[in-house]
Amino acid sequence: MNLLEINNVSKKYEGKYVLDNINIKIPKGKIIGLLGKNGAGKTTLFKIINDLAVPTNGEVLFKGEKIGIKSKKDIAYLPEINYLDENQKVEEVLNFFKEFYDNFNLKKAKKLIKDLNIDESITISKMSKGMQEKLRLILVMSRDASLYILDEPLGGVDSVTREYIIETILSNYKEKSSIIISTHLISDIENIFDQVIFIDKGKIVLNSSCDELRKKENKSIDEIFRGMFK
Amino acid sequence: MFNNNKPIYIQFMDTIRELIIKEEYKTGERLKSVREYALDFKINPNTVQKALTELEKEKIIVTDSTNGRYVTKDEKIIKKMKEELVSNITKEYISNMNNLGINLEEIKKYLGGIK
Repeated sequence: MNLLEINNVSKKYEGKYVLDNINIKIPKGKIIGLLGKNGAGKTTLFKIINDLAVPTNGEVLFKGEKIGIKSKKDIAYLPEINYLDENQKVEEVLNFFKEFYDNFNLKKAKKLIKDLNIDESITISKMSKGMQEKLRLILVMSRDASLYILDEPLGGVDSVTREYIIETILSNYKEKSSIIISTHLISDIENIFDQVIFIDKGKIVLNSSCDELRKKENKSIDEIFRGMFK
Repeated sequence: MFNNNKPIYIQFMDTIRELIIKEEYKTGERLKSVREYALDFKINPNTVQKALTELEKEKIIVTDSTNGRYVTKDEKIIKKMKEELVSNITKEYISNMNNLGINLEEIKKYLGGIK
């Protein structure tokens, strides 16, 4: 059984389709790149998978069941926008996550935070933007979920932070789970993808294994993407 | 580290072969775990798995349920792998020279002139 199935999903906003008949099947044990320019529909699709937006047509099945309360517990979502309360201390956020998510691994989160030399008593607003991004990723990757959805985890951070983010994703990846990552910074991260899905103007324009694509085109995923959307 | 234009699993297989030929990995030496390689090379663990499985099929590495994965102890296999690699590089060189209109006799002269 597929971990996630998106069947004929469309989403209309003010008379315009932002997602147009999307079909995607995600098995477990894969790291998938969802690649598209800004406004292609990536975030809307993620919101629908996380039951934060309702599709106009179609359905999303998670482990064979319609998404809802049960799937929300088992899908760890890193939204693009910063949702953390900046006035909270790191330890308060940790406690919040511990309370809110049954599958939150506090021990693991604390270790990752300690590895970064973050003092748990620091207030979030006092942390650099890069550190805040790292903290947000740690919180999501410390949930013992079946599916991780990371919306632009590399956006707006320097290359050292990007490297940390990629390492953290890889070191916390479990074979029984899958990860979907949206990004427009393809060359930095393409080597960790099994498969890539290109989305443009609300439509899937390509869905392929990365190594097959490289073999066929003799180009990197980044070059193929640029070639298609120049 | 890798060139993104070529399938990553093939490049990773080449890397392991090279390490064995250069004897940075000795015969019978234990390999790292899939996760460690994935982190070292910043590549997908499934890619590492696929590459190692291919190398197992080629008998260059051996999996043992108790000891894990290690480089074959069969020196003949390693010798053969090295010969294949040397032969491939040589053939490629000759083919490049042929493309320039230089035949084997001339190539030998060029090689003789290299100190």
